[in-house]
Amino acid sequence: MSLQFLADGIFAGALIGLGAVGLTLTYSILRFSNFTHGDFISWGAYLALTVTGALAGTLLPAARFVPFSFGWPLVVGAVVAMALTGLLALALDLALFRPLRRTGHGIVMVIASFGASLALRALLEFLFTSEPAYFSRAIQIAMPIGLGIRVTPDQAAMMGLAVIVVAAMHLLLTRTHVGRSMRAVSENPALARVVGIDVAAVIRATWLIGGALACVSGIMLGLTVQIRPQMGFDLLLPLFAAAILGGIGSVWGAILGGLVVGIGEAAAVQFVGSEYRAAVAFLLLIAMLLFRPRGFFGVREG
Amino acid sequence: MIDLIGYGAFFLVTALIFGVLALGLNLQWGQTGLFNVGVAGFAAIGAYASALVTTPDAADRFGGFGWPIAAGWLLAMVLAGGAALVVGIATLRLRADYLAMTTFGIAVTIQVVALNATALTGGPFGIAFIPRPFAGLAENPLAFNVANLALTGAVTLGLFLMLETLTRSPFGRVLRAIREDEAAAASLGKNVNAYRLQAFALGGAIMGLAGAMQAHFIGFIAPDNYLSILTFQVWAMLIVGGSGNNRGALIGALVVWALWSLSSLAVGSLVAPSYQARAAALQIVAIGVALALILLIRPRGLIGERATVSRDVESVPGAGADPGARERTGMPADKT
Repeated sequence: MSLQFLADGIFAGALIGLGAVGLTLTYSILRFSNFTHGDFISWGAYLALTVTGALAGTLLPAARFVPFSFGWPLVVGAVVAMALTGLLALALDLALFRPLRRTGHGIVMVIASFGASLALRALLEFLFTSEPAYFSRAIQIAMPIGLGIRVTPDQAAMMGLAVIVVAAMHLLLTRTHVGRSMRAVSENPALARVVGIDVAAVIRATWLIGGALACVSGIMLGLTVQIRPQMGFDLLLPLFAAAILGGIGSVWGAILGGLVVGIGEAAAVQFVGSEYRAAVAFLLLIAMLLFRPRGFFGVREG
Repeated sequence: MIDLIGYGAFFLVTALIFGVLALGLNLQWGQTGLFNVGVAGFAAIGAYASALVTTPDAADRFGGFGWPIAAGWLLAMVLAGGAALVVGIATLRLRADYLAMTTFGIAVTIQVVALNATALTGGPFGIAFIPRPFAGLAENPLAFNVANLALTGAVTLGLFLMLETLTRSPFGRVLRAIREDEAAAASLGKNVNAYRLQAFALGGAIMGLAGAMQAHFIGFIAPDNYLSILTFQVWAMLIVGGSGNNRGALIGALVVWALWSLSSLAVGSLVAPSYQARAAALQIVAIGVALALILLIRPRGLIGERATVSRDVESVPGAGADPGARERTGMPADKT
């Protein structure tokens, strides 16, 4: 058996993990399962595509960094799109989730996010049609890296990006004031409020970080597969599975959960065919709920 | 005029079938507070189960046993209810959000299986030649639609009366007690988990019945009918009508389906064909925004839940039976 599935699984897992971090952060700070998170991923990819397209050949040279399929426009475009996706999440909170938070019903927010998810997805379809789009049509030649595994240069670059983003996030959560406040709110919201933590600022930071990470995840997916309005929503089930697997609320758990789901899917797909990928994520989720509902790093349910 | 009556009957049959789905969801969510985001999945189980056993002999896939339609509907209820039971056993003891994720997962998985298990489901091409009730009248669309309306109306009415009785029964009171305060219900000696499982399985069975009814009315099913948009439609119906209220579920189904059909009609007749896909997308955006607005502005829905209290309580002066005493939003309290 070829070990190629490991490389594919780790790549998919990193992408799922980055998306799941946003989901797990929203969950631990705002206490609801946000169904729009998958659509942040699609929006991130389309925003990056739009910004990159606008930059290429106008402000920045369209040339690419051989052997990668992209050049300066995508590098700048990715940064801008991360900020924009964060702002999109923030705007949605302002318009929808914040007013609903006042009424105090967690599940109503889930229903609202379910509706918002559909609207966000349909809006992408309206703006960009459901035809798939591509960052680049350049052909990538996969390089052998040993043990019979091949990786495309783009995949390698994206993995590098994922590692940098995760490291930056770790520093943010452990070394900065806002990061420590976020952890405090997720541990005990009432206590955090009492000791004078600015909960509104923490919520803003949660949406910005979650949105930016979703965008990275969307760019990774868009660069290796294709960009469709449905892409992020299709990823929602693996995202939920990863968040639960890692223990809801745990950032490192989400990354690890993502890797488990990604590798699990890649391994299973060899036996059942890639069309059943979604079912594999579902089975992992059910198995985890049956045997260890708090996940690998789960904390007491608050 | 005759055409209009025929179309009206056709519209009402579809709306009532949505109404049955909304009644199932109302039992799970409105009465018991169980958050099911997999309505489409349970409807799909019912539709496929009934279609597989009632269709005439099929060479290219499993099934085709030519059972009578009523037997197909019964099997649809049993299988969809059974699936709900399995999902319930796995998740109902956990937090509400886990049920949301799991039911979402089962709907996605069922759709994937329907799309790919060609030997069982006919794959993307779906299953055709599903026997239709009153097929003998198909030559005359008016008679056919009216006869089906009578059948669908009778099933819906029967179900409605059954659920109304259930709402008023001690069983219904326990469900609402669990929804409002799980710990209190448990401390009164109620087996919370068993009650929830029963409500969830019964709701799933009702959704399976609705799926089968629709499959047999249209005569054809395909995996695309069971995307998450179906779940969303049913949720919109229940929220608009007023969750916790069976009448609200039915009225919501009528209103939302009327709006949906009218806006589709408008898109179809006003928009140039080359832009119709885009206009349809915008129509979905509008419905999503409308649902969010209703949640923000009128969370109780059009009707909202009536305060249903035992008559014994009502007879005690000053005790309970004061719907205004507490701001009811029609939504269960957050169980964090």
